[in-house]
Amino acid sequence: MTIATLSTEQPAPGQAAWRRFRRHRLALAGAVIILVLVLGSAFAPYLLPFDDTYIDIMKRFAPPFSGAHILGTDELGRDVLARLMMGGRVSLSIGIVAMVMAMAVGIVVGAFAGFYGGVVGAVLMRLVDAVLCFPTIFLLLALAALTEPGPVTTTVLIAATAWMSVARIVEAQVRSLREREFAVAALAFGSSNLRIMFRELVPNAIAPIVVAATLNVAQAILLESYVSYLGYGIQPPAASWGNMLNNAQIYLTSAPWLAIAPGLAITLAVTSFNFLGDGLRDALDPRMNIP
Amino acid sequence: MARYVANRLAQAMMLLVIVSAIGFAILHLAPGGPLSQFAVSGQMTQEDLARVTRQLGLDRPLPIQYLDWFGRMLKGDWGRSYRDGETVLSVISSHLGATLELMTTATIIAVLLGCWIGISGALRRYSLFDSLATVGAMIALSIPTFWFGLITIYVFSVTLGWLPAGNRETVGDGSFFDLLHHLIAPALVLALVETAMWGRFMRSSMLEVINQDYIRTARAKGMPEWRILTVHALRNALLPMITVAGLQFPTLLGGALVAETVFTWPGMGRLFLDSIGYRDYPVVMGILMFSAIMVLIGSLLADIFYAVVDPRIRVG
Repeated sequence: MTIATLSTEQPAPGQAAWRRFRRHRLALAGAVIILVLVLGSAFAPYLLPFDDTYIDIMKRFAPPFSGAHILGTDELGRDVLARLMMGGRVSLSIGIVAMVMAMAVGIVVGAFAGFYGGVVGAVLMRLVDAVLCFPTIFLLLALAALTEPGPVTTTVLIAATAWMSVARIVEAQVRSLREREFAVAALAFGSSNLRIMFRELVPNAIAPIVVAATLNVAQAILLESYVSYLGYGIQPPAASWGNMLNNAQIYLTSAPWLAIAPGLAITLAVTSFNFLGDGLRDALDPRMNIP
Repeated sequence: MARYVANRLAQAMMLLVIVSAIGFAILHLAPGGPLSQFAVSGQMTQEDLARVTRQLGLDRPLPIQYLDWFGRMLKGDWGRSYRDGETVLSVISSHLGATLELMTTATIIAVLLGCWIGISGALRRYSLFDSLATVGAMIALSIPTFWFGLITIYVFSVTLGWLPAGNRETVGDGSFFDLLHHLIAPALVLALVETAMWGRFMRSSMLEVINQDYIRTARAKGMPEWRILTVHALRNALLPMITVAGLQFPTLLGGALVAETVFTWPGMGRLFLDSIGYRDYPVVMGILMFSAIMVLIGSLLADIFYAVVDPRIRVG
């Protein structure tokens, strides 16, 4: 990461190096953990001797590290590790797909608002402000209550409540970039507005967009866990990290591992994406350095 | 100043119109529209539905319906709960106290703790404390609030037995000490994310201020360090925190919903979830609109208060 050495802040050479090292180490650790989680979830059916939906009522509530089931079994005798890995498929996919959808909406809205400015820009950005007035969880649950729950609806709804911050970032970038020489030159060449927006301006704002995308995945995984925990997201028997915690509260006294394992998985995944985003911010764009 | 306030008020009114339009759109997004719950019950014939639709004016053009709905909202007529026929506003207000109690306590904890962590971190940048605080804040922001609540219940209620596992008071007790005892766990759980946020913002604000020229000037003229920090740095660094308070409000409300659910706290968030469970759409919509309006007013007040204490804002 040689770009990071361009950082304008230089407390002391040794300290600066230590700081970069430390920051990137966490981001690197985040990237490795994400890779492990993704691979573990993707190849879950081949890695485990247990089926995540196989019910074995004789072996219910087996504690962790006490036999064949490494992380124990749940109230129906299903293997917790298998459910965790299959749930990871759902939770991580929703996080990534919701991010892509939120990014698409946010980039288009932000690009149009920033490029045209004036009335178009004002209307679009006031719409962004208005949606941001609704606390995300309230909006998400109200929408989820009105629709049929399932992976697709959950993904779309999370995207619908997460595109605004991206729109704000892209709007600001496009608004300032459109005055620059390369944009003016493209206009002079006779490029269409759409071409200038999405071929010239948006690619030049890629650094903050990538950072926002990474943080957006973290946010989407968290939101999925909230709606599923509250019962309006992924429905059983399918597992997601959120809905595995749905029943855990009832068995908190007798089987605390049912609550601990999925929560750790969520925290681990979200922390990793957040650290990765932070590291990317430092590496890609030192000016945006928000400590 | 008056011009700034008037300007900001006009903006807020415009936002309110858009917010209400979104709320109205969501209401009509429900399969079958506002009458869906009657259609589902199967006790109404097609003719009944048509008659009720006409009686409630649901056959009029949508813009007219919206204006009518918006006008009634402004007058305080937010409809009645399907569950017990009470007016939506009275249902909300009977649950608001518990939520405000929780939010206020959590905010006080978060502001004190977060500002202290942020300031200490900024003054000893890259020290062990600062590094731990930065990493800790990031992890705190990544922990699902409901899970942290579950773990808190497991450790402090189930295992140690120090704190009650939920509810606002012991039935039949309700003394100040009892209320406080019940408040500790949910308030701390809600305060976790808030503390991390305040710490991060406070740290960056303090860092920005202590690198300003006037701080160097103060040092150069031999002013004692404590005076520089308290009088010059801290006062300026605390200013942007007013905006943070406004920005944090939606997150705080959302966190309260989750904390209330885990700790069976009888507040607005729990009411919201219960109402969703009962398909009590007037209350669901009422709380959704109410929370959005609270956020709107919160950011309006934050902006106006900022302009009062910092004259530089009014000009721009």
